[in-house]
Amino acid sequence: MTTTTKRRGSLARVETRQALGFASPALVGLALFTIVPVGLSIVMSVFDWPTFGDRTFTGADNYAKLFTASPDFWPALRNSAVYTLLYVPLSVALSLVLAIGLGPRIRGRGALRVLFFIPVVVPMVANVLVWKMMLQPQGLFNGIAQGWFGVSLPNFLADPFWAMAMVVAMSVWQGLGYNMLIFSAALEQLPDSVLEAASIDGARGFRLVWSVMIPMISPAIFFATIMTMISSLQVFAQPQLLTGGGPGNATKPLVMFIWEQGFTFGDLGLAAAAAWILFAIIIAITGMQFAAQRKWVHYEH
Amino acid sequence: MSTETETRTLLLGADDEFVREEAGRRGAVARTRGERIRLVIAHVFVYLAAAVFVSPLVYAFFSALKPNIEIFSMPPTLIGSQVKWGNFAEVFAYGPFWTYIGNSLFVGVAGTLVVLAVSTTAGYAFGRLRWKGRDAVFLLFLGTLMVPAEVLVIPMFQVMQWFGWVNTYQALILPFAFTAFGTFLMRQFFRGIPFELEEAARVDGAGPIRTFLQIILPLSKSSVAVLSVFTFLSFWNSYLWPLIVTVDYSTLGTLPVGLASFSGLTGTRWDLQMAAAIISMIPTTLLVIVLQKHLVKGIAMAGLGGR
Repeated sequence: MTTTTKRRGSLARVETRQALGFASPALVGLALFTIVPVGLSIVMSVFDWPTFGDRTFTGADNYAKLFTASPDFWPALRNSAVYTLLYVPLSVALSLVLAIGLGPRIRGRGALRVLFFIPVVVPMVANVLVWKMMLQPQGLFNGIAQGWFGVSLPNFLADPFWAMAMVVAMSVWQGLGYNMLIFSAALEQLPDSVLEAASIDGARGFRLVWSVMIPMISPAIFFATIMTMISSLQVFAQPQLLTGGGPGNATKPLVMFIWEQGFTFGDLGLAAAAAWILFAIIIAITGMQFAAQRKWVHYEH
Repeated sequence: MSTETETRTLLLGADDEFVREEAGRRGAVARTRGERIRLVIAHVFVYLAAAVFVSPLVYAFFSALKPNIEIFSMPPTLIGSQVKWGNFAEVFAYGPFWTYIGNSLFVGVAGTLVVLAVSTTAGYAFGRLRWKGRDAVFLLFLGTLMVPAEVLVIPMFQVMQWFGWVNTYQALILPFAFTAFGTFLMRQFFRGIPFELEEAARVDGAGPIRTFLQIILPLSKSSVAVLSVFTFLSFWNSYLWPLIVTVDYSTLGTLPVGLASFSGLTGTRWDLQMAAAIISMIPTTLLVIVLQKHLVKGIAMAGLGGR
């Protein structure tokens, strides 16, 4: 009895040692490249921390400065909010319609999926350049409107309203394929028996989609909504390259503000503080989504 | 037995999907007239949407073949007065695009290898071995998934300065190679492998390293493949971090930052910018075409299919 316990104890110790051996690269890496930066970021946010030069402790000054003395911060918050409110519903709804439309009975389904997925996997910079060309005053959009219909369109990237609209439009186009694949994967996992039962009960077309398919993939819709929301709060490359945040600061979202403060103006402390605000917003919104999911997400078990 | 079949189904997933697609195609024979009409409408809708969707890419491709002065001709044309394939060659003369592509390839492959090594070993420790504090440490791992990269880049840049790593390959590869996502994915998959297989090997005297290398890893090829593809893509397309940590784009620039700086330098040469954009799109587009059968399965398997 005692010998077996002892043996088991030493075996457990051996296994613990082996496990730590297996986990140590991940643990060291995580400590060095995540835990340390997170801690450091908290410290930096309460210091006046220039890229080069002396650092001084300033307490909550950076945070106060963001809300009171930083002319671009409130607009950046507003831009991120506007972008998210426009982008998330558009992207989720359009990709859902597409995933349902692209059902198993569509010919060339695989090729179409690849097509919709191309902008997701190519560098964002390349996507943005294509749109930037089309949105020039003499570009494709205005060219078609003038050449075919005799209507002249506004100079999209020079107008605050249109610039934001186009950043959203370009992003929806770019991200469509990703959510579409998430929904396709969920739709394919629906048991055939349920769909058959529903169609025997006379559910067809829109009714079948609205009352059966959508409720049954609501966990996937929930997941996609949260991920899309988080990624839209992190938007950077599209406005940075398409509009440079302009005109003025009309399309400068939070991450671009952070990047600019940190690496254009060299104020790493202020940038770190703004990054924590971003983090708090993401956590708050995700938490709210989880609280709301009980109302509309239907889980199987 | 049933778990064994499950593993086999996962491994043979491609054939499985093929069978299902075949079944779908057979189902394409519409039974009633109403059904046939509905199917035609669905095809029209989907193909129309696809045509609208792909038109920017098609237009960009043809613009890349035009003389620059005709890019903004009014009314717009698809094909210019001459077809200048030379624009593509000129891109390589204007900017070091081979360097950009090479850098992206190197950073992507090296980063993926690091991620694979780290996540499979850690996934094994968390998913298959029993040790004190395992679940608490794993929870910590999961917690770090919530911290977005945007929060990390500012302090990470400072850490890179302290290491003297600004403008180096290791700064492009290592900082984001230890995220918990891969470990989480591998752990989830490893847990599904029947324990009997491992125990049999243990009884035969195989240690954990041997079981890991000869039993667990070979059974996990499909999920390792999924992780590799997603990791490679995220390195390949990463923009914010390379933009911050690279100073000398002409030698260390990856494709995204290289393309961005190329566009800044060439200003109004839209012909060259479109050619460069198309060139940048080719590698990963080919990758997706090659992997198309596994796309949906990969997304579903990466835990992205539902919860």
